[in-house]
Amino acid sequence: MSAVARVRWAVIVATSVALVATGCSSTSSGGGGGGGNANGIVTAWWGDPANPLEPANTNEVNGGAVLDMIYTGLVAYDPKTSKAGNAMAESITSSDQQNWTVKIKPGWKFSDGTPVTAASFVDAWNYGALSTNKQVGSSFFQYIQGYKDVAPTSGSPAAQTMSGLKVVDDTSFTVALSQKFSTWPQTLGYAAYYPLPKSFFTDHAAFLDKPVGNGPYTIAAWTKSQKMQLRPNPDYSGSNKPKNAGIDLKVYTDTNAAYADLQAGNLDVDNGLPNSALKTIQSDLSGRFLNQPAGIIQTISFPLYQSDWSTGNAKLVRQGISMAIDRATITKVVFNNTRTPATDFTSPVLGDSGGYKEGLCGDTCKLNAAKAKQLIQQGGGIPGGQLTISYNADGPHKEWVDAVCNSINNAMGDTKACVGRPVGTFADFRNQVHGKQMTGGFRTGWQMDYPLIQNFLQPVYVTGASSNDSGYSNKAFDAKVSQANGEADAAKAVADYQDAEKMLATDLPAIPLWYQNGTVGWSSRASSVMLNPFSVPVYTEITVK
Amino acid sequence: MGRYVIRRLLQMIPVFIGTTFLIFVMVHALGDPVNALFGDRAPDPAVAEKIREQYNLNDPLWLQYLKYMGKLFRWDFGTTFSGQSVTSLLATAFPTTLKLTAVAFTIEVIFGIGLGLLSGLRRGRVADNSVLILTLVVISIPTFVTGYVLQYLVGVKWGAAPATVGDQVTLDRLILPGVVLASVSLAYVARLTRTTVVENVRADYVRTAVAKGLPRRRVVVNHLLRNSLIPVVTFLGTDLGALMGGALVTERIFNIHGVGYYLYQGIVRQNSNTVVGFVTILVIIYLAANLLVDLLYAVLDPRIRYA
Amino acid sequence: MPDQEKYNAADPLAEAGTEELEMPSAVENRTFDLGTMEAQSLIKPERLQDHPEAPAADERVEARSLWQDAWRDLRRNPIFIISGLLIVFLIVMAVWPGLFASTDPLKCDLSKSQQGVSSGHPFGYDNQGCDVYARTVYGARASITVGVCATAGAALVGTVMGGLAGFFGGWFDSVVSRIADIFFGIPILLGGLVFLSVVPSQSIWIVVAFIVVLGWPQIARISRGSVITVKQQDYVTAAEALGAGSSRLMVRHILPNAVAPIIVVATIALGTYIALEATLSFLGVGLKPPTVSWGIDISSASDSFRNAPHMLLYPAGALSITVLAFIMLGDAVRDALDPKLR
Repeated sequence: MSAVARVRWAVIVATSVALVATGCSSTSSGGGGGGGNANGIVTAWWGDPANPLEPANTNEVNGGAVLDMIYTGLVAYDPKTSKAGNAMAESITSSDQQNWTVKIKPGWKFSDGTPVTAASFVDAWNYGALSTNKQVGSSFFQYIQGYKDVAPTSGSPAAQTMSGLKVVDDTSFTVALSQKFSTWPQTLGYAAYYPLPKSFFTDHAAFLDKPVGNGPYTIAAWTKSQKMQLRPNPDYSGSNKPKNAGIDLKVYTDTNAAYADLQAGNLDVDNGLPNSALKTIQSDLSGRFLNQPAGIIQTISFPLYQSDWSTGNAKLVRQGISMAIDRATITKVVFNNTRTPATDFTSPVLGDSGGYKEGLCGDTCKLNAAKAKQLIQQGGGIPGGQLTISYNADGPHKEWVDAVCNSINNAMGDTKACVGRPVGTFADFRNQVHGKQMTGGFRTGWQMDYPLIQNFLQPVYVTGASSNDSGYSNKAFDAKVSQANGEADAAKAVADYQDAEKMLATDLPAIPLWYQNGTVGWSSRASSVMLNPFSVPVYTEITVK
Repeated sequence: MGRYVIRRLLQMIPVFIGTTFLIFVMVHALGDPVNALFGDRAPDPAVAEKIREQYNLNDPLWLQYLKYMGKLFRWDFGTTFSGQSVTSLLATAFPTTLKLTAVAFTIEVIFGIGLGLLSGLRRGRVADNSVLILTLVVISIPTFVTGYVLQYLVGVKWGAAPATVGDQVTLDRLILPGVVLASVSLAYVARLTRTTVVENVRADYVRTAVAKGLPRRRVVVNHLLRNSLIPVVTFLGTDLGALMGGALVTERIFNIHGVGYYLYQGIVRQNSNTVVGFVTILVIIYLAANLLVDLLYAVLDPRIRYA
Repeated sequence: MPDQEKYNAADPLAEAGTEELEMPSAVENRTFDLGTMEAQSLIKPERLQDHPEAPAADERVEARSLWQDAWRDLRRNPIFIISGLLIVFLIVMAVWPGLFASTDPLKCDLSKSQQGVSSGHPFGYDNQGCDVYARTVYGARASITVGVCATAGAALVGTVMGGLAGFFGGWFDSVVSRIADIFFGIPILLGGLVFLSVVPSQSIWIVVAFIVVLGWPQIARISRGSVITVKQQDYVTAAEALGAGSSRLMVRHILPNAVAPIIVVATIALGTYIALEATLSFLGVGLKPPTVSWGIDISSASDSFRNAPHMLLYPAGALSITVLAFIMLGDAVRDALDPKLR
């Protein structure tokens, strides 16, 4: 064969390889993809969970969404009012707010047919707390007596189980806490407190491939990092039985891709809407769009561990910065009203009785450019001469950080008073926050684990708490929270928490920015789409034509 | 020639070791990945410590690397932080990306060389200037913009093609992403072809061929194009690997679970197992593509010899 | 394929696979060249009239160096003059942006976000309510610095490394090529995150250095391939036979003939490097605010092209003009270096 012929031959081979490589699969059927199949199955947006799907090992919304579908905990939160009500629990009682007796409803089964007993809960919690099991949610068990033995700060655990957990019989167990905690039962709807079947402990690998639960759905098939098919659990004993024939969760590489699919009719429910879509979404979807408050607050925290940020003057500067931010315009323009300017440190989803108090932050959280400039100057100017606001660049934060900075710059009349400081990855950002390396402001956000005012204050602002990123430490605040925790009367407890919250409004370890809403859009074939206060769709209620 | 190929294959070993080590070091330079697993919460120190032990993160770097390589030779690429084996990720990602690359590469070769030839032969005329304008548009508008615009217009507004790919990696779904992925490279190929064609169109062998009265088509394809292809082939060789590893933007826009996407996930989550695993395979592909290009030189220009 | 074989037999050049079959020498080449004017049928005839004094200049060729000759040609080429003026204009804009825009590119009013044209603001406003015209003017400095310097650096390193590898071959080629392979293996995102986060400086030169480090292997490949081809040409063999040293061979004979593909790749790379800076900024590892650049503006406009296309149009247009200027310049330089066009 001549050289020319060889080249020609090579080109033909290359082209046919390309065609075979791509063409071969085009005959495979495309039935299950997207909407359009008339069998009552809902296709929904999903992101890849960051950790293995185990109840105590899941701390983000994607894994959490699935766990909530396949498990039912002791209590559940009403999707509309966010009030905690008993689900699997018959009763959770205590006479001293510290030692609790839990009775569960009899007759419930896991989808593999085994019964849900008191031991299912106790074993699951002990597993979740034991440090050698490497569960990222282990700290949710820290209020139970004996936690320090199974998860010591360093070294090997001294015990395998927590001394505070005791099985009484098949349907009841007792829990001893290490401190008084009157609202503890209401925290038990969180994923870490779900029960686990025997198979979890006997064949762990198989469980991780296809988790088994006691919830309204079971996992029918799961192609990891691609899609998950959930079908109604025939043995489900709860009241919220699915109104559809199942949910197909599709993993998307990008929120914009999901939105394109939603518009093209290939996706039924999309609660991962990109910011850029919000401007046109009402017309794109002919109003099939919901925008409602969720239990998330965004803040800018300050490194109170740095000497120049811990002074009394720096407090004035922080107040000035807070008053320089034009929250109303930013939430309207940048977020298209999917955020609401914050006026306290909690969230509107708590409701007034739950502890949300509009305007608690007072004038400090209102725009007042002249006063802002005056306060900052009175406080000796911004420490370091320029305010940096750090954020992780792999999240959608650049636009609002730039807007906040422009707002501050305009108030100060100096185009370089504030600049955004992107950090490449979330991991690097968290390392800098955790390692106390911040020198200026940095973005912080809090998504509630359960709808209680305690959850917005204790983990974030109590001295040494797990998410106290600013290093805030105020003995009076700590004492007030602790007093509230021991208060048996709900209304009195809330009043105590709010007293503590008022200290935050003057000390301002973090500036409240806005409350984040949950958003969801749906296709023309879906109806009854709503969001719970965690901004996750209530999947059981969705119906499709 | 055979000895040359063997020598080149042997050279892959140091490159392989060098690249894996470099990537390993780089992922570690990003810092501790464990804190990020706990989200916005401070990690429980006991649990964080146990996770570091699981991924050998407490060992000195060289020991971590040796442990990793030891497992690699047993075809164990380790797991991601979500407990998925990297081998299974490789098995889903590479076939997908290969298909996408094949489509993009075919588009790039056919249209790139075609447009380049056209514009080289019609130098200074409308066709040439149109290709130049196309080149400018493609270069100055980033891929993510062209990607979103095409997806919105073709996939959503007109409904002419599927808007995303997802788990059905079929030819009709890959054409749109293929065009987007190929666009910038197509500009390179067209300009390169044009330049070499313009140079060679005055070469003696072309004149001889024309003088001999050979048909125009034969002169263009057999003489002109063949001798103009060396820079183009070089570029295509370097681009093959870039298309496979660098399709991140296209893969994200069109929801393709391919190499670029997983590599991105691995980097952002700082999981060295994923990153090193994917880059290892990519480097092998780069090396093979380079070898192929060098061998093609000898085919295209018989005066080039390898000993 | 009998037809093919017959054709090959009839055409000695197509099967010139043996080194014994000597190509016509360089001197013969030239006469042969001039003697077959009818072969110009492939090329549009006006091109020859573009260079009326070409045959006359031919007489003096031997007296002047090729580079001097090229420069003489360039000065008369209208394409060179236009592109040169454009580049001068862009450089003036980069150095003294204040001459062209009186608005501060960092003064932004969010309530004017994405608004269109108004008096004093001919290009409208961007997402943050900043003046697009001022940002386009002020963005020239960072973008042109990154584009031009990174391209120059990558082209220089790439041409030298690749050229030497192609010229010497052997172990030197192996070492350089395999180092280039390793650099190819580094994903841009990973490299960017590591390089730019380990080096905390916010200087633009760090970004330039990073692009050079990742960009040179591609140009090295192209120049290596090009040099390998040119090395086989008869005029090189002839010069070698006449006793020309390595450096003379490279600079006088190989480089001018091998440079065309390098110019093409480098001029396009100029545009992609400016865009790469945008990608790096987008990932949070490139230029940081308050630096203004076209790349940053293009990437922040990309989300909003449906609502406010003007935000994308102007910085992208400025980028196109820059790339166009350099492509034209490259074309002119290439033409000037091609003796066949003279």
